[in-house]
Amino acid sequence: MTLIATDGFKPQQAAAANLQNRRRSGARVRLGPGPAIPFGLQIGSLALLVLWTLGSALGLIDPRILSAPWTVLDAFRQLIADGRLQDHFGVSAYRAVTGLVIGVAIGTVLAIIAGLSRIGEALIDGPIQIKRAVPTLALIPLLMLWFGIGEEMKIITIVLAVIVPIYIHTHNALRGIDNRYVELSETLNLSRWAFIREVVLPGAMPGFLLGLRFAVTLCWVSLVVVEQINATSGLGYMINLARTYGQTEIIIAGIVVYAVLGLASDAAVRFIERRTLSWRRTLSQ
Amino acid sequence: MAPHTVAVNPNPVVRTQDLYRGFNGRTILSGLDLHIQRGEFVALLGRSGSGKSTFLKALAELDHEVEGSGTLDVPENRSVVFQDARLLPWRNVLQNVTLGLAGANDAGRRMLREVGLAGRENSWPVELSGGEQQRVALARSLVRDPDLLLADEPFGALDALTRIKMHALLRQLCARHQPAVLLVTHDVDEAITLADRILVLEEGSFIEDLQVDLPEPRDHGDPRFGQLRRHLLSRLGVAAH
Ligand SMILES: Nc1ncnc2c1ncn2[C@@H]1O[C@H](COP(=O)(O)OP(=O)(O)OP(=O)(O)O)[C@@H](O)[C@H]1O
Ligand SMILES: [Mg+2]
Repeated sequence: MTLIATDGFKPQQAAAANLQNRRRSGARVRLGPGPAIPFGLQIGSLALLVLWTLGSALGLIDPRILSAPWTVLDAFRQLIADGRLQDHFGVSAYRAVTGLVIGVAIGTVLAIIAGLSRIGEALIDGPIQIKRAVPTLALIPLLMLWFGIGEEMKIITIVLAVIVPIYIHTHNALRGIDNRYVELSETLNLSRWAFIREVVLPGAMPGFLLGLRFAVTLCWVSLVVVEQINATSGLGYMINLARTYGQTEIIIAGIVVYAVLGLASDAAVRFIERRTLSWRRTLSQ
Repeated sequence: MAPHTVAVNPNPVVRTQDLYRGFNGRTILSGLDLHIQRGEFVALLGRSGSGKSTFLKALAELDHEVEGSGTLDVPENRSVVFQDARLLPWRNVLQNVTLGLAGANDAGRRMLREVGLAGRENSWPVELSGGEQQRVALARSLVRDPDLLLADEPFGALDALTRIKMHALLRQLCARHQPAVLLVTHDVDEAITLADRILVLEEGSFIEDLQVDLPEPRDHGDPRFGQLRRHLLSRLGVAAH
């Protein structure tokens, strides 16, 4: 057998055999979604971008309604050149991240207290459900009365928004932890703290991470709301100002920043999810 | 061989007296008295629903919400092997074995070697077969060096071949670590193969309490094995062939 003869022939043959093999034994239908597509989660967003570009280039989209991508790019260049975008972004990021961190911490602690004690649940669960039913926009006038119109009010608004999904999903997952693990922990004489560390937190982790995915986008969303009502800096303020002067391309530039932030935050949480939940065998793997 | 009743030893590891347990006013265990010695391997037989698990849970002090009375004297250091392996899916094999123990990694590794799972320390529980998971559960129980090992049909979910291997392993480990053992089982052969003493629970009391004096390893072909088997099956209300 020579190398030259097999070269370029064998792989084809192998592929064909493989295909036949798959057909014959492929009577069993695969019900899972199958292996992951590389960068699969970005495909939808990219398609949207392509549509936008094509529509503008072919003149199908009126620039007064939606600026063309290159106009928005120009606006970006301008905003970055005079440092406005960096400044506004910095201020917004500080508010969002501070609110997120505080909200996640409070939401998690509340969920654990409500999940592990009946009295805690009786005290905490109701108010959270009420907060969930009241829109942030309706709360802001009250928060302005209580905390003024400075940074405090803005961050508290974000904290309140973030607490809800973190609490709901963590609490739900925590209550769903199999009672057999509780029994096991009792027979192993685990202390309360060891029980929380070894069983409660890892068991509630899938729910917590789902809550976190809602929370990361929610903190940016609430930011727009607070920054458009009363602010002199931040991305929301920048967009609001552009609206006053009719600068569509700056509005869209702001929206693009939000979109990228939203996608990036979600990707970050999914990354954490993959790392911390590697013990699972689920549909997504 | 004529089964005989045990004499009471002055220094038991487990002591129950007049133990009563019930559900919704229905008596399940009525006044059980039992002593188990250190190193003694006791098998508990009984029909389905006779209260075996209820008794085991009482000894494990896992029956918080069950009506009951009586005195119960069990060692603080006891372990339970459940019917399911009950490993935490989010902890690897070694972490499961040493769960709740600080600085026990070396002991955990040694124990995993004893149950034949050296090299699997970092696997996730989902990556193990049923028998392997049950061996991890056994390692988790024994690494604590318990004075009392409670097991509720620990091998019920295993195939016959794996079960035979697990029997040999359990016998060997118990001989080495010398805990008192209470093994709940449906399987008469399993009870005779493993136990020093066999109890039969029926209508809330022990209707049988006998020593097994067969030489080890126990041979199913031994006529005394068959005789004991027939006796126990008839006590369980099964026609013996
Ligand atoms: N939580 C409960 N509430 C009400 N009745 C119960 C409860 N747990 C057990 N019982 C009843 O107590 C009786 C004894 O149950 P137990 O689980 O101890 O039986 P068992 O001997 O272990 O049976 P098996 O061999 O099928 O496991 C059964 O009739 C059962 O229906
Ligand atoms: Mg049972």
